[in-house]
Amino acid sequence: MALSTDSAMTSPVANPMIPVPWRVQKARRETRDTFTLTLRPANGEPLPAFAPGQFNMLYLFGVGEVAISISGDPADQENLVHTIRAVGTVTRPMQRLKRGAVLGVRGPFGSPWPVEEAEGNDVVIVAGGLGLAPLRPALYRLLAHRQQYGRIVLLYGARTPRDLLYQRSLDQWQTRSGIEVAYTVDAAAEDWRGNVGVVTTLISKARFDPVHTTAMICGPEVMMRYVIMELEKLGVTDENIFISMERNMKCAIGFCGHCQFGPTFVCKDGPVFRYDRIEPFFKLRGV
Amino acid sequence: MAEESNNLPSVTYTLEREHLHQLFDVLTGKGYRLLGPAVRDGAIVYDELTAPSDLPVGWTDEQDGGRYRLKKRADDAVFGFVVGPHSWKKFLHPPALRLWQLRREGDGFTVIQEEAESPKYAFIGVRACELHAIAIQDKVFLESKYIDPMYKIRREGCFIVAVNCGQAGGTCFCVSMNTGPRATSGFDLALTEAMEGERHYFVVEVGSPAGADALSEISHRESQADEETTAERIVADTARQMGREMDATGIKELLYRNYEHPRWNDVASRCLTCANCTMVCPTCFCATVEDVTDLAGDTAERWRKWDSCFTLDFSYVHGGSVRATTKDRYRQWMTHKLATWFDQFGSSGCVGCGRCITWCPVAIDITEEVRAIRETESKKDSAGD
Repeated sequence: MALSTDSAMTSPVANPMIPVPWRVQKARRETRDTFTLTLRPANGEPLPAFAPGQFNMLYLFGVGEVAISISGDPADQENLVHTIRAVGTVTRPMQRLKRGAVLGVRGPFGSPWPVEEAEGNDVVIVAGGLGLAPLRPALYRLLAHRQQYGRIVLLYGARTPRDLLYQRSLDQWQTRSGIEVAYTVDAAAEDWRGNVGVVTTLISKARFDPVHTTAMICGPEVMMRYVIMELEKLGVTDENIFISMERNMKCAIGFCGHCQFGPTFVCKDGPVFRYDRIEPFFKLRGV
Repeated sequence: MAEESNNLPSVTYTLEREHLHQLFDVLTGKGYRLLGPAVRDGAIVYDELTAPSDLPVGWTDEQDGGRYRLKKRADDAVFGFVVGPHSWKKFLHPPALRLWQLRREGDGFTVIQEEAESPKYAFIGVRACELHAIAIQDKVFLESKYIDPMYKIRREGCFIVAVNCGQAGGTCFCVSMNTGPRATSGFDLALTEAMEGERHYFVVEVGSPAGADALSEISHRESQADEETTAERIVADTARQMGREMDATGIKELLYRNYEHPRWNDVASRCLTCANCTMVCPTCFCATVEDVTDLAGDTAERWRKWDSCFTLDFSYVHGGSVRATTKDRYRQWMTHKLATWFDQFGSSGCVGCGRCITWCPVAIDITEEVRAIRETESKKDSAGD
């Protein structure tokens, strides 16, 4: 039986499957294995608005496509910023891209950090490794509306001092922006004066009101597990904890099935989830 | 799904077997590409048809866990079999499909525009469970947050001739899943094949204006009361012959409660993770993409190909596969079909067609796995009393 072709059945104007060409405005090395690409539309089309926490599919012509979080300022109308780790067949050649190179972009996709819902609350941001990248747009938004929030705390853990992302920004945020920043590394040489240990050790030292706190967490799942336990111990409720999940992704629009996590599709229901809504599945292994 | 009535609609029509070719001629004349069951390499598959003689006339299939055999029938029934390894998804959601082509242009690229024209499929012989499977894939590709234009263009122009099953297969359990054996919606025409002595005819229901239009060009007449009764009896008999049974009561909650059940290890010790069940399943929709270029590197293409949650690659993220064990992967497949699917798309992902049982090389039986989990729960309950 044929389908009706009216109303809801008609396609959106743009095909969400086809990459649109964007040009590298700036390529910057962050750490030994991460780099940041600043992109502008190659065809002069306006920047699609994105919300902090969303991601794009970045395509290297003829090579392949990867899901990468947007890590720039959501208020920046000109540039699209992605921080990428060079680990695979697509991201390694992407690391060699220079200013002027063209790559394909599809997006933005996915659910945002609850930056508006958090207004009036203290905000605790906990990041592990590259997990700081998808949280940075939220930080920009919080700082742009600084007076809407109570205390803002950023806790960040990396493997070594050389792996700390956005180090200059970390220091600036700490000194200028009225947010409490603490970072730590798993291992460091003797000349390191900072914290050593996992990021959870920073939580009890941070100043915030657990009852009126929105927590946003991104990092390896095992790290997020321990952060959540620590926050719960202090009295932060699961409805106020938000985490960003990572799964294999091929289509980003709910058709390929790869990113399923329990009953959710990370691409369209996530990547940002309110913890109480996925808690039973997050506690299982191999889901 | 709405409660299904077992009564045929008030007006049905009778099409004599000798006039069945007219249906083929009329649909071909309307520009449809006819697809339906045909015998190929010892199985009944779905392929191009030109005339009723292309159908598996006089053939039937014997099915059980891990077993499928074609047999000659004693009669010349046209639809005297159930479902084979193929499903209609191979046409609506093809196993390999080019999503787009890009051409390198200067330092950038442009899209090579391709003609998007409906293939105008006419599916001949769609069973009730398969109508439900198509409706389920419609939800995935047409009624979610995004619309799949590739599926849409194939689906929109479709003409569907359903067939009410005249017999059940050894692995069928549509009655348990409330999806058959009678086609109740989603068709243009639905046929029930009847053979009584020398008489061989089809009782026809009309499901759409397009169906009525096609029927108007074919020799037919209103059915007599006894023909209607015969058709009803045939379907009722089929419903009593189900080779398998699954208690689907509270199935979602049952599986959600039992993510850590020992039965998952048991089934994992038998499962070969071959992915057959996902390939033959009429609702499984998962796919991967492959990006390729021509030798010069000037043209790039993206192909979408069926994929399976039974592979390690499927859940690979940097650092390893999320579902590293066979247990993880079988659990993912079965809980998706019978539990998470409800939360994702509002219905079961299983239609009870039995293909996954028949085509499993080690005869793993989804109805048996559910029963095993349910039984330990009821034992626990009674032990607690």
